Amino acid sequence: MCGIVGLFAKTKSFENELGLHFSKMLEEMTDRGPDSAGFAMYHNAVDGGRVKVVVLARDSLDSIILADKLSSVFSEASVSDLGSGHLLITVASEIDGLMTWLRTEHPELTVLSAGRSIEIYKEKGLPNKVIEEFSIASMSGSHALGHTRMATESAITTAHSHPFSTGDDVCLVHNGSLSNHNRLRTELRKKGIYFSSDNDSEVAAGYLTWRLREGDSIDEALNRALSDLDGFYTFAVGTRDGFAVMRDPIACKPAVISETDDWVAMASEYRAIALLPNANNAPAWEPNPGQVYSWSH
Amino acid sequence: MPTKKNSDNKSSQRHELRSRLRESATYPRAVIAEIQRAAETGIYDIRGWGAKRKVPNFDDLLFLGASMSRYPLEGYREKCTTSVTLGTRFASKPIELKIPITIAGMSFGALSGPAKEALGRGASAAGTSTTTGDGGMTPEERENSDILVYQLLPSRYGMNPDDLRRADAIEVVVGQGAKPGGGGMLLGQKISERVAGMRDLPEGIDQRSACRHPDWTGPDDLAIKIQELREITNWEKPIYIKIGAARTYYDTALAVKAGADVVVLDGMQGGTAATQDVFIEHVGIPTLPALRQAVEALQELDMHRKVQLIVSGGIRSGADVAKALAMGADAVSVGVAALIALGDNSPQFESDYNELGSSAGFYDDWHEGLDPSGISTQDKELAARFDPVLGGRRLANYLNVLTLETQTLARANGKSHVHNLEPEDLVALTIEASAMAGVPLAGTDWIPGKNNF
Amino acid sequence: MDLNYDLAVGTTRELNQKLNSASTKDADVSFRVLNPKGAHALAVGMTSNISVDIEGHVGYYCAGMNQKAHITVLGNAGPAVAENMMSGRVVVSGNVSHYAAASAHGGLLVVEGDSSSRCGISLKGAHIVVKGSVGHMSAFMAQSGSMVVCGDAGEALGDSLYEARLYVRGNVASLGTDCVEKTMLDEHKREIDGLLERSGITDADASEFRRFGSARKLYNFDVDNADAY
Repeated sequence: MCGIVGLFAKTKSFENELGLHFSKMLEEMTDRGPDSAGFAMYHNAVDGGRVKVVVLARDSLDSIILADKLSSVFSEASVSDLGSGHLLITVASEIDGLMTWLRTEHPELTVLSAGRSIEIYKEKGLPNKVIEEFSIASMSGSHALGHTRMATESAITTAHSHPFSTGDDVCLVHNGSLSNHNRLRTELRKKGIYFSSDNDSEVAAGYLTWRLREGDSIDEALNRALSDLDGFYTFAVGTRDGFAVMRDPIACKPAVISETDDWVAMASEYRAIALLPNANNAPAWEPNPGQVYSWSH
Repeated sequence: MPTKKNSDNKSSQRHELRSRLRESATYPRAVIAEIQRAAETGIYDIRGWGAKRKVPNFDDLLFLGASMSRYPLEGYREKCTTSVTLGTRFASKPIELKIPITIAGMSFGALSGPAKEALGRGASAAGTSTTTGDGGMTPEERENSDILVYQLLPSRYGMNPDDLRRADAIEVVVGQGAKPGGGGMLLGQKISERVAGMRDLPEGIDQRSACRHPDWTGPDDLAIKIQELREITNWEKPIYIKIGAARTYYDTALAVKAGADVVVLDGMQGGTAATQDVFIEHVGIPTLPALRQAVEALQELDMHRKVQLIVSGGIRSGADVAKALAMGADAVSVGVAALIALGDNSPQFESDYNELGSSAGFYDDWHEGLDPSGISTQDKELAARFDPVLGGRRLANYLNVLTLETQTLARANGKSHVHNLEPEDLVALTIEASAMAGVPLAGTDWIPGKNNF
Repeated sequence: MDLNYDLAVGTTRELNQKLNSASTKDADVSFRVLNPKGAHALAVGMTSNISVDIEGHVGYYCAGMNQKAHITVLGNAGPAVAENMMSGRVVVSGNVSHYAAASAHGGLLVVEGDSSSRCGISLKGAHIVVKGSVGHMSAFMAQSGSMVVCGDAGEALGDSLYEARLYVRGNVASLGTDCVEKTMLDEHKREIDGLLERSGITDADASEFRRFGSARKLYNFDVDNADAY
């Protein structure tokens, strides 16, 4: 039960202000989700052959020591401390290589995102705390997805917060409540998908990870989700190039989309979109039930 | 005489055979009868009342009382206050009740006009509130209820802003203990001309209400709905959210986050006018564990006593009231017990009950509209049997007894206000009740599920 | 009295207090509300026949439980615009989100754009005119009143319908349970023409519409309809 926002820049100049506008959208959804907030920012893409990962360290972990350790295995390793236990790791490697190393050497770290462009940040508390802590307003980026959470059945922790990483540069945010996630989680675990919480949205993310691994496109995976996921949901999925939005066939959870020459935006409520430049004159509409909408660069 | 002897033999043989008959535990007579009934009619069994199965309840708890380490209060002479204020969080006009016992929502439609009037009279005489139901507010009940709570239900039958403003509090009904996840039901026999008119329905149809509200889904949207209700009523009225006992810890927390002033929690023993038997008996959890979970959620959010908690579902005596308050409720609500106080299932109608294939103490076919006591009916002749003034008097008497009993128990535990009863004043008689209520098994410090057990 | 109200500087609470303090003697009074920016519960619980023009998009429950007032939204409206309206008139120049006129008992809602799903859910006597199309499950459990759709209707139109009258000019994706097409009689044509006229729609004619209503097969339980439940 939550608020979702997504913002996609259509022009280079808007990319420079993306963080500023996106942070306002996220804060506007505070009432829908006062428990925690998180966002995925697609920016500062590393070139092919390199990968970046954001990890959450529960206890403070010295970024210099970690960088040294990484350098002994990977070339071009760097680690920067982004605050609140978030560490950004960049190395020249395939994702799988770095992930395997992290799991073996630092099983205590939670991987929040992995890819070439995506960086996920999340934290307990009100959205403005997250916005300030990570200075979202000063970020530039090609697109971003955010989430404010009103926890339904699972605990209020950073691990239960959205967005959920679902693979290489892919993440998911969710508003709603799934009703068959427990059995689905068991099945997905058998297929090797890892879950860190009892959260229903994480199961949707894990489902997506599985389908993408099996070779589905985002559209195919979402369309398949329509028959495999039971309950009420509005999903927004971020990819390296853009994002996709889909509502369940009953479609009782809200979603509004709007578009200008500079941006495409989606939000749980229009008031988050109203804050964008020229929103007044932009067409605004709702996604049809069970239909996938996507934008990409 | 040979014939006589012969028949004696047969009779004793029959007797011997009968004494060897063995009833199946899996298929007892009631189960066989239900299968036969289903095969004959092709429809599920619908009935009124709440869960009839045995579940751990307040009878499984005892008060410790006072002796050496604690000092009791003198009955009658030393004051034991029972007042309760509801809606202190956001409403500018909270409700003041003299007693911590309210009357639960029951609709005009499910009940006759005179029965609704009697509930208002009895509650008002006892200094407490009564509640509308799925069908709107009647002028008679507004007139006879000093404090009236107006329910906002998925069906929105008879919903209108004038009544919203006429009400003293608003109760957004998300669920009911008898059927968490289900909508209301009123069968054609009770959709009289007046009931149909109030609900904008054709006369005589089987009404099946929606289970979700028509204009919001989920607590994030409910928060906005509540803002609208507050705007319309000038932020004066307390807003309750009523939930059926299911995933109570989470549901209570979400009700608080959605902006409730008061959470009303209805356990599975809570009554209904008409619901599928399978729903009543198989969905939801008993009042005892639900109450504990709701209090835990409120404490977790630092909202205990700030958002008030009303609990219902199987409250029958002052002992039940006192135990519910000790576990952390601010007030309780009675429905089935109030109807019994009015005269439902009274032995004076035994022959009428027999004609309906039932008996006083068993009658639960409230949906059929043939209630001999004139309470759960829209039949004018039957309804005329019921005297609302006498009914109101009987209800006031009953509420007074509940209050006196509650005070008796509170004083015995040394409390000058019934809200000072604590879980630590209670012990459990069974392991089940101990685990559910979160109070230790009598004579031990053991609570299953706690202290690594 | 200042008849403009700017929500960029004021609050929803102040606006509603101001609107509701206008008494019926101000019948010819017309308020302008600026910068709504998707705010919720604007102009709700109105009890006098004043006019309110809201210039911009509004959030949830705009004109909720309206009595008598004439409320115009120059923009889109969020979920449940004019929910439980009793009387008066609400016009939205753009699109409306789901649950438009949910459970409305009276009055007229005019949507000049499209409506999302569940338009007229639980309708109880109000009239709805949609110049564009309506989404799925529209008129779900609608009890009385009428809905005129100049465009198309989505899936499961009129599911579990009671006595509400539905008129659609365009395509109907599918009919819901117990909803059937019915013969258009003169009284129905008169109703459509009247509603179109009241809505200021001149490019549509009653003869172009089809009528849908309840088959009334679910009114009382019948064992042969069990699969419809």
